Amino acid sequence: MTRDGAADFASHPFVRGLAAEHVAQLAARADQVEIGAGQRIFDEDADARGLWLICSGRVALDLQVPGRHRVVVETLGPGDELGLSWLAPVPRWQFGAIAQLDVIAYTMASESVLALCDADRELGYLLTRRLLTTAISRLHAARIRILDLYAAPGPERRP
Amino acid sequence: MTISHAPAGYRVTGRVEESGDTVTLTLEPAGAALPGPRPGQFAMLYAFGVGEIPISVSGPAAQPTLIHTIRGVGAVSRALCAAAPGHLIGVRGPYGTSWDETDAGGQDLLLVAGGIGLAPLRPALLSVLADRDRYRRVTVLIGARSPSELLYTAELDRWRDQDVRVEVTVDKADAGWHGDVGVVTQLIPRTELDPGQTIALVCGPEVMMRLTAQSLLAAGLTAERIRVSLERNMQCGVAECGHCQLGPLLLCRDGPVVSYRVAAPLLAVREL
Repeated sequence: MTRDGAADFASHPFVRGLAAEHVAQLAARADQVEIGAGQRIFDEDADARGLWLICSGRVALDLQVPGRHRVVVETLGPGDELGLSWLAPVPRWQFGAIAQLDVIAYTMASESVLALCDADRELGYLLTRRLLTTAISRLHAARIRILDLYAAPGPERRP
Repeated sequence: MTISHAPAGYRVTGRVEESGDTVTLTLEPAGAALPGPRPGQFAMLYAFGVGEIPISVSGPAAQPTLIHTIRGVGAVSRALCAAAPGHLIGVRGPYGTSWDETDAGGQDLLLVAGGIGLAPLRPALLSVLADRDRYRRVTVLIGARSPSELLYTAELDRWRDQDVRVEVTVDKADAGWHGDVGVVTQLIPRTELDPGQTIALVCGPEVMMRLTAQSLLAAGLTAERIRVSLERNMQCGVAECGHCQLGPLLLCRDGPVVSYRVAAPLLAVREL
């Protein structure tokens, strides 16, 4: 990775604020990739390997629903991480991912990230907290959508 | 001082169906015009023989022609939505506080709208567009339930053409939707913000406004830089009846637009 690339990598929200040595360890395992609009990044139910830090563009997470083809459940954009399912005990992608717009991202092999976390427990703890923050944020967003806030108000019900 | 509670007659001269249950009406005074509204204010619209409800102004400010976007969810709002050109409607107002969007002159302006909350924000944006050079970055983040429920879709590209960043997300996508999917708060971390130089105007369901304000606070904005539009049971419009009380505020007079510094503790109080 070039010096400019390393600085760009260090400015991604997922990495920002980590100690320089931790950033360097991650940067050594990261490659910048360009993914063209329409290119599928991974398929639902495939082996979950890889973490992408999105710098620009948009990625849609989708799910095959019988009779409705692929339904987009959420989109991710600059500053977001793509790929959390490799943290699960059975690492398979729960959703597919496709670039909706041209995407530039840093990608790391999840095995490499896990090995690094095992070798450096402090970094492992910090990354776990960051990944958990992302998971919590997406859980909150999903719960808010369940509330269907924009629906027409119905008759007021009091408990 | 005598306050007139009699509505002024306005005739429907335009009707645009925005979505399945939402209509934008253009109203011209049938007699003497009421004072032109400021962005953020509301008027009491009277469907004769049915009833009266508060509806925010959704068109250009300070003009005798009134524009209101109405979602048909009850007897009065459905009667208003059904009003065809030529129909006479009663209007009182304008009432309440303004977005005071001009405070953002020389700074960035961020508008965050949820659902029909885009309607009360539109006059503020139109005011900014009329004097675009006064402002730095102008960003509009819009959340809607589905693509078919988006408002003012024909205008979004015109706003973009006037150097406004417009981002739209929907809770539920359909097959033809190729934009963002998710809640509007998820767009905030993806938005370049200069927290000390940004005024944020937020309008939508109360939960959405609270969560948006929390995201903006997390992004570094102070509560004083966030303004929300609150809705309660406005009836008299002149702070006499007390129906719209929220803590120390009578929202028909002290709102609907309120600084989040004032609103935040009130929104945390469970209603009786």
